[in-house]
Amino acid sequence: MADQSPIHGVVADFDSPDTLLDAVKAARAKGYTKMEAYTPFPIHGIDEAMGAKQSILGYIVLCGSATGFTTAILLQWWTGTIVYPLVISGKPLFAFEFGFPIIFELTVLLSAFGAVFGMLGLNGLPRLNHPIFNYSGVAGSSDDRFLLVIEASDRNFEVTATRDFLASLGAEKLEVIEA
Amino acid sequence: MADLTFDPKDVAQLSPSLVDGHPSLHDVTEAVSIHTEIETHRNWYIALAISGSVTLLLGSMLAYLISTGIGVWGNNNPVGWGWDITNFVFWIGIGHAGTLISAILFLFRQKWRTSINRFAEAMTLFAVACAGIYPLVHVGRPWRAYWLFPIPNADLNMWQNFRSPLLWDVFAVSTYATVSALFWYVGLIPDLAIIRDRATTKIRHTIYGIASLGWRGSATHWKNYEKAYMILAGLSTPLVLSVHTIVSFDFAVSIIPGWHTTIFPPYFVAGAIFSGFAMVITLMVIARWVFKVEHLVTITHLENMNKVILATGTIVGYAYATEFFIAWYSGNEYEKYTFINRAMGPYAWAYWSMVSCNVISPQFFWFKKLRTNIPFMFVLSIFVNIGMWFERFVIIATSLHRDFLPSSWGYFRPTIVDILTFFGTFGLFITLFVFFTRFLPIIAVSEVKGMMIQAEHEKHYLPATTASTEPVKVH
Repeated sequence: MADQSPIHGVVADFDSPDTLLDAVKAARAKGYTKMEAYTPFPIHGIDEAMGAKQSILGYIVLCGSATGFTTAILLQWWTGTIVYPLVISGKPLFAFEFGFPIIFELTVLLSAFGAVFGMLGLNGLPRLNHPIFNYSGVAGSSDDRFLLVIEASDRNFEVTATRDFLASLGAEKLEVIEA
Repeated sequence: MADLTFDPKDVAQLSPSLVDGHPSLHDVTEAVSIHTEIETHRNWYIALAISGSVTLLLGSMLAYLISTGIGVWGNNNPVGWGWDITNFVFWIGIGHAGTLISAILFLFRQKWRTSINRFAEAMTLFAVACAGIYPLVHVGRPWRAYWLFPIPNADLNMWQNFRSPLLWDVFAVSTYATVSALFWYVGLIPDLAIIRDRATTKIRHTIYGIASLGWRGSATHWKNYEKAYMILAGLSTPLVLSVHTIVSFDFAVSIIPGWHTTIFPPYFVAGAIFSGFAMVITLMVIARWVFKVEHLVTITHLENMNKVILATGTIVGYAYATEFFIAWYSGNEYEKYTFINRAMGPYAWAYWSMVSCNVISPQFFWFKKLRTNIPFMFVLSIFVNIGMWFERFVIIATSLHRDFLPSSWGYFRPTIVDILTFFGTFGLFITLFVFFTRFLPIIAVSEVKGMMIQAEHEKHYLPATTASTEPVKVH
């Protein structure tokens, strides 16, 4: 947040996912770019409407997979052939055939770590507080309300004009929230 | 020419009701959260007292076992694996239905999974916790259990044998437990935020606030969250298949007649799903009645699960037949003897209990009347659970009790410690459920809401006569 304004933005409170989606499209058309929606469940098509980029989580998971895969091979090869070579039932000291189950499991394990911790990292969680919690009706956003916030850091943001604009989109409640 | 126009009856068949009545979004929040908010019911304390005592029994049995030694169990020579490994495979198998519902059905876009996935995932986690006890204590010196993991340490001074399926099992089960826990928790985060937002006291707000990690349901959050959920489902799908495959390798990689067979991996996986779904039915029938969520967990959910039980039960029956055929067809006399002995030897009582519970009983589900009859499915699901426990016991005990030399033949009898330990794991399982149903939302609230809105949208594409006149109310 480069803007040091004490205002975080204007919240508009809608009663359905459709009106929220229309409002997002209208705000984009009006030239607003810094906005965020808060909803009780994922709304399909909202990312495209807000012009948000695809999640990069897949790449983080891929790094996890590669780490797990390599670790499992190195671990089995190094312990089996270098530090503790032991012939058992005439089997080779290292082979991909018997190495496969552990290669698979470690790949899955580290990919899952990548998915969960990557998701939390990209979402900036855990986090103690956020300006949206200053909104008096924030509890509704996890129940049955659909919020749109146009943030003060937006180039076109101007408190009264932005508020009037959001009111014209059918918001049932409007509030300016502090940062 | 065939009449291709829709009539309302067809639509009802195409999309059977997953949410009965027309609750609003707020009604759903209310229905799912309320049981964590009301004053603790007297019955909850009674349930906790009973299951808690049984868990204490488990604790004392384990303490006795660890302080005395494995000899307090009925394990002997030649039956070196007794109820410990039977119970381990039994509990691990039960867990598999939870992952199947949460991951595989998610990837196949089976919407009916939505109301039951949270509960089934919890079941997975608790079942794996019960399963994990057995390999841990049957190593004999559980305080040395870390030797199972490749941790460099001075007191062991050697490395694990990666050629052993038992070590693969260590990796498979610990990965499964970890990934299941993560998947479950990720699913819980948005729902914990709902309870946080509804909290009326400071302490509730703080506890659920910490547990929900500051979730705020922004579009960015949901975008990454949906991606993570999809990836976790994609990872869990091969994982769940690998876990029981590797558990079956514990047997199949050995050279014991009756174990050394390539049919084990698919046969174990089918059996695991079979037993797991039966356990979900047992628990869900009770839970939907106790928590009054019959409109969210409808008869359609139960019927679909019964169809899975029918399908996997039939696969299991087919696998039993194949084993017998191959024992005869292989021409291997030890293999042949093992199977004749299984059906007619000293463990014939266990074998035929298994066959009647696993092969015959699910066939009743061919009839829709029985598939949708709640008392009937409840009783039948318990039969399936008993049958699947016997399956593991039969595989382990019958193959081991007749060694290659008749001088090493024996018979396994459980001791009271065996029996009470197994009984005790049910106490642990139920105690964990008692806590879960008191403090956490038992239905994935945000998923159910998303599905309701999506269903509402789909109706617009159908002819006007079929669309419901009552839209989803949002107030």
